[in-house]
Amino acid sequence: MLRRLASLPVVLFCVVTITFFLIRLSPGGPFDSERKIPEAIEKQLLAKYKLDGPLMGQYTGYLRDLIHGDLRLSTKYRNRSVNEILAQTLPVTLTLGATAFLIAFVIGVWLGSFAAARPGTIAEGGALALTLLAISLPSFVLGPLLILIFSIKLAWLPVGGWGSPLQLILPAVTLAIPYAAVIARLLHDSLKETLAEDFVRTARAKGLSERAVVFRHALRVAILPVISYLGPLAANLLTGSIVVETIFHIPGAGGFFVNSILNRDGFLLGGVVIVYCVLLVVFNLMVDLSYRLLDRRIRES
Amino acid sequence: MSLSLPLPKSARLPALLLAILILAVLAGPLLFPHAYQLPGSDTYAPPSTSHLCGTDLNGRDLLLRILEGGRISLLVGICGAAISLLIGTTYGLIAGSSGSGVDNSMMRFVDILYSVPRLIFILIFINAFNERLQLAASNHGWDWLVSSSRLVILILSLGFIEWLTMARIVRGQTLTLRERSYVAAARVLGEGYWKILWRHLLPNMTGIILVYLTLAIPSVIIDEAFLSFLGLGVQAPQSSWGSLLAEGAASINPLKGAWWLILFPSLALLATLLAIYSLGDALRRSLSR
Repeated sequence: MLRRLASLPVVLFCVVTITFFLIRLSPGGPFDSERKIPEAIEKQLLAKYKLDGPLMGQYTGYLRDLIHGDLRLSTKYRNRSVNEILAQTLPVTLTLGATAFLIAFVIGVWLGSFAAARPGTIAEGGALALTLLAISLPSFVLGPLLILIFSIKLAWLPVGGWGSPLQLILPAVTLAIPYAAVIARLLHDSLKETLAEDFVRTARAKGLSERAVVFRHALRVAILPVISYLGPLAANLLTGSIVVETIFHIPGAGGFFVNSILNRDGFLLGGVVIVYCVLLVVFNLMVDLSYRLLDRRIRES
Repeated sequence: MSLSLPLPKSARLPALLLAILILAVLAGPLLFPHAYQLPGSDTYAPPSTSHLCGTDLNGRDLLLRILEGGRISLLVGICGAAISLLIGTTYGLIAGSSGSGVDNSMMRFVDILYSVPRLIFILIFINAFNERLQLAASNHGWDWLVSSSRLVILILSLGFIEWLTMARIVRGQTLTLRERSYVAAARVLGEGYWKILWRHLLPNMTGIILVYLTLAIPSVIIDEAFLSFLGLGVQAPQSSWGSLLAEGAASINPLKGAWWLILFPSLALLATLLAIYSLGDALRRSLSR
């Protein structure tokens, strides 16, 4: 575990380095526009945004600022710091992501155990077919379709925007559905294997109800593959939220990310990537820890 | 070598669907009269007998655009998956056969990559190197590369991020296979490391590798559509299902819902993914039996 903790700064360092050089080595500067800016002003601008001097100097300077928690200034949204922009947009993205995470987990676990508890029935086949359909509906397909049905034809839910709980429903569901299906399939497979094991037979022989066998005994063991999928799931949700925010016009960090690529807004781009990676690495560490705790408890009991 | 056997019964329907889709995408556009290729005056026309899927904002026939977009989507999917197959298989073989020290650190690296938003780096990468590639290509006089540099870089970079699952599968398979007696026999006979990998381990994995290809192709297709949907992947004049969907999504508004612009590209993508996934499912089940 300590080794994992130690690898955290190494991973972050690699992420920062790769991001910085990818951005700085791309052709075209942030101040290239149709109209040529006078040289003196451009020089001043470059100095203000610390984009002058040799590349290695810029890189070490950026690292130093990052260590102090300074993500620098955005070159597009003048006079706003990246910290400021992220402080406004990140809570939106995280609310969306966390809601989708919960939906995916709850629906996935429910559907997976529903299917696995009914081996060989039409219900199992139907549930599995449903998951196959859901996996084939990525968010950029599902989002516009849901808007078409629920916002335009039926006019039950708002087309987009942010602020009320109603506006959260469609985007969170759009983001969650494919991953709920992945979780359901993972859990279904591992639960079926677990249900064939000896300790489950013992539990059944004790006269426990099927419900108690599945939920109290088998699920504890079978959930482990799902737990280890939570890390990649978080990464996918964070990436997926970029598209969902675009579809539903949500003012989150994802929209700024796309714009910062188009605007060559290097520090904003770097800021979003670095903060996303920090969040994911920390989240993975927590998942790892809980996996170990669960795993050890299971082996001890 | 399960795949040299006839297809299992449950795989026939998805295989047939997939064959029809590929045929439609390859041959379909040839059946349209030339006038359909050009922008027309009939903009945002709903589906009718002359335009089965309606027309888009430039009056182009949507069905034709979907079929042509499918060529790009499938091309990216298949080529990207082939690259990921190559990388993943090599990586997995080496990790699985190299002893626990090397194996641990190689698989730890895969774990880290799994938890990093890889697609985000690809986005930056594509936009950072597209112009450079174009410049280099025009300096060398490779005209084909100038016009499709984005496509080439897209295929390469998606191949470079989708190999992780393949590496895990192959590595797991290598760990079990290398304990088999025929591998021990080959080692006793003095066959070299690479020869054992190539002659004894790899041939016994083709079944499972091909099955997991049915996971890699849809992943790459979805990734490509994701990038193109954001306007950062395939760009005009080329289009893919992702960019068609983006156009459809941009045209939704409560007053004039051009629903066909969303529905039909969605169905094309859905049918393709569903066919490949269920083909993989059927093959996997027959393989584990």
